[in-house]
Amino acid sequence: MKPSTRHPATTPTPIAAALVAAAVAIIGLVIVVPLVSVFYEAFAEGAAAWWAALAHDPDTRHAIWLSLTVAPVAVVINTVFGVAAAWLVARFRFPGRSLLISFFDVPFSVSPVVAGLALVLIFGRQGLLGPTLAWLDWKVIFSWPGLVLATTFVTLPLVVRELIPVMESIGPDEELAAVSLGANGWQVFTRITLPNIRWALLHGIVLANARAMGEFGAVYVVSGHIAGATDTMPLRVEKLFQEYRTPASMAVASVLAGLALVTLVAKFIIERRLESESRDLEVARSIDETTGLEAARS
Amino acid sequence: MLRAHVQQSALLVVLSAAVLVGCTNGEAGKTAAGGGQAAAPAIALLNVSYDPTRELYRDINAAFARHYEQEHGRPVEVKQSHAASGSQARAVIDGLDADVVTLAVWPDVEAVAKSGLLRPDWQARYDNQSVPYHSVVVLVVRKGNPKKIQDWADLVRDDVSIITPNPKTSGNGKYSFLAAWGAALATGGSEEDARKFVTELYHRTPVLDTGARAATATFSQKGIGDVHLTFENEAHLEVDEAKGELEIIYPPRSIRVDPPVAVVDQNVDRRATRHAAEAYLGFLYTPEGRAIIAKHHYRPWGNDSPSPAAGEEWPKVETFDIEFVGGWNTAMKKFFGEGGVFDAIYNPGTAG
Repeated sequence: MKPSTRHPATTPTPIAAALVAAAVAIIGLVIVVPLVSVFYEAFAEGAAAWWAALAHDPDTRHAIWLSLTVAPVAVVINTVFGVAAAWLVARFRFPGRSLLISFFDVPFSVSPVVAGLALVLIFGRQGLLGPTLAWLDWKVIFSWPGLVLATTFVTLPLVVRELIPVMESIGPDEELAAVSLGANGWQVFTRITLPNIRWALLHGIVLANARAMGEFGAVYVVSGHIAGATDTMPLRVEKLFQEYRTPASMAVASVLAGLALVTLVAKFIIERRLESESRDLEVARSIDETTGLEAARS
Repeated sequence: MLRAHVQQSALLVVLSAAVLVGCTNGEAGKTAAGGGQAAAPAIALLNVSYDPTRELYRDINAAFARHYEQEHGRPVEVKQSHAASGSQARAVIDGLDADVVTLAVWPDVEAVAKSGLLRPDWQARYDNQSVPYHSVVVLVVRKGNPKKIQDWADLVRDDVSIITPNPKTSGNGKYSFLAAWGAALATGGSEEDARKFVTELYHRTPVLDTGARAATATFSQKGIGDVHLTFENEAHLEVDEAKGELEIIYPPRSIRVDPPVAVVDQNVDRRATRHAAEAYLGFLYTPEGRAIIAKHHYRPWGNDSPSPAAGEEWPKVETFDIEFVGGWNTAMKKFFGEGGVFDAIYNPGTAG
């Protein structure tokens, strides 16, 4: 993608070697050792104990189940929102557009704890919508919808941020051509837009899902810590650790870490596709140009 | 080229769908198997409590469920929520659907009452001002007591560092502060002496965790500090868990910890769970409930010893209660309020 040798290799080799060694040491210390120790602790009492800690504790089982439902729901919301919002800002120019784009980044700059507290201030019993919700007998905070809201908030930028540059680089030409040939909105979306953005979209979804599974701060505030009801996997890890059940806690942590590794592999595959896609696009364009020239000549 | 792409992406979608469905089926199967044991609809209660009571209420809940079903023929499932006492009170006020609150300190339950969720007379509903068990603040030290800690005065020696949670957020932290303050007064000191003593003490506190459990982890698992100030029940759990690496020191005098309980009137009336919720708290006063409480190293109301039959004795500690240090209303303002004694004496920069 970017030229890797923007600065010619004028740096002396010992310094380069030292930098590489430092990078390896830091990655080893900060990422590899903790990750390995999680798996080591998780399996310290054997695979059977690991499985028992996950499958035979109803509260842990519920936490895994809850994470596996809350995260996808949040991701679906973000996918729908992300595609719509990216299309809006990539295809249209309107007043306040830049402001809108910077609003997409708010969840990255706001602390998740603040996000959680904001939800409590809106949906809590004493909050803005508290009396209305009580009258309807709907639970939002300290319940499932609150967890989805908090998770959606913190993962909001991931899909839309991924799509905007791709949509901008592809441009509206193909969509306009489809419309001129009589395609309706849905046909343009499913046959032109979606195939063009699919790898970027998948990339955004994978990242959003990883973030959603691991979210701690915002859901900590809105969960209410009810074992077997509102504890997600990360909250369960903390709770088990505080209850002196370190192996069980690490077993849940190892599932989270395993999901992260799967994400990493998926991300790697998708990034390769994205790269080849952009190469294909260039090739296609150059072919278009040459055939165009030939057509003009004949 | 394009066709290959479409095929590959279709495969990817199918594969991920298969993984998802696989997970879903596995989980759903387990959940169904778990839920299948209870045939009749169970009454669901939520007990919102503070950090160190997790193990106690796990046992209480199981025993109460058996007891209630025998007496009234309906199964009960009690769910638990634990965190720092102050934040739990706040969560109930903000709408966490607690049927009962069992918090660390009186001001936290009173805060819930003030929000209108409890009737003002909540404290008169159960024996002993709705305090079913008490505890004392004790000192946990490392194996063999290398720093020779015996009494409060030993805590302010130069070579001693202390672990205790933040009194602003933690009930445990508040009681530890008040225990130190009261101990200084009880040995004939003036208010000025007490202030000097707690100032010295908090200057020897390298970290202030938000809750009791986090402080325990700091002391026992991370190995920071020489003395950990905590409740007797939490100390026993910590020492048992450390497998001989820690021991408990009973100071000659300490504060009596009185954690109150209450039924959350507004919630139980809305959810129609009052009968079970009241029976649940009442169970804490029964012989069976008291035996479980004593097993977890709390001192149940009405018992003179951990197990009257076995002739065991609780270690002797001369206790003073909250009234000795001015009562909760005064203490909250004077010590832990904005600009109170704690704010004045604790400067994180000078710790260590």
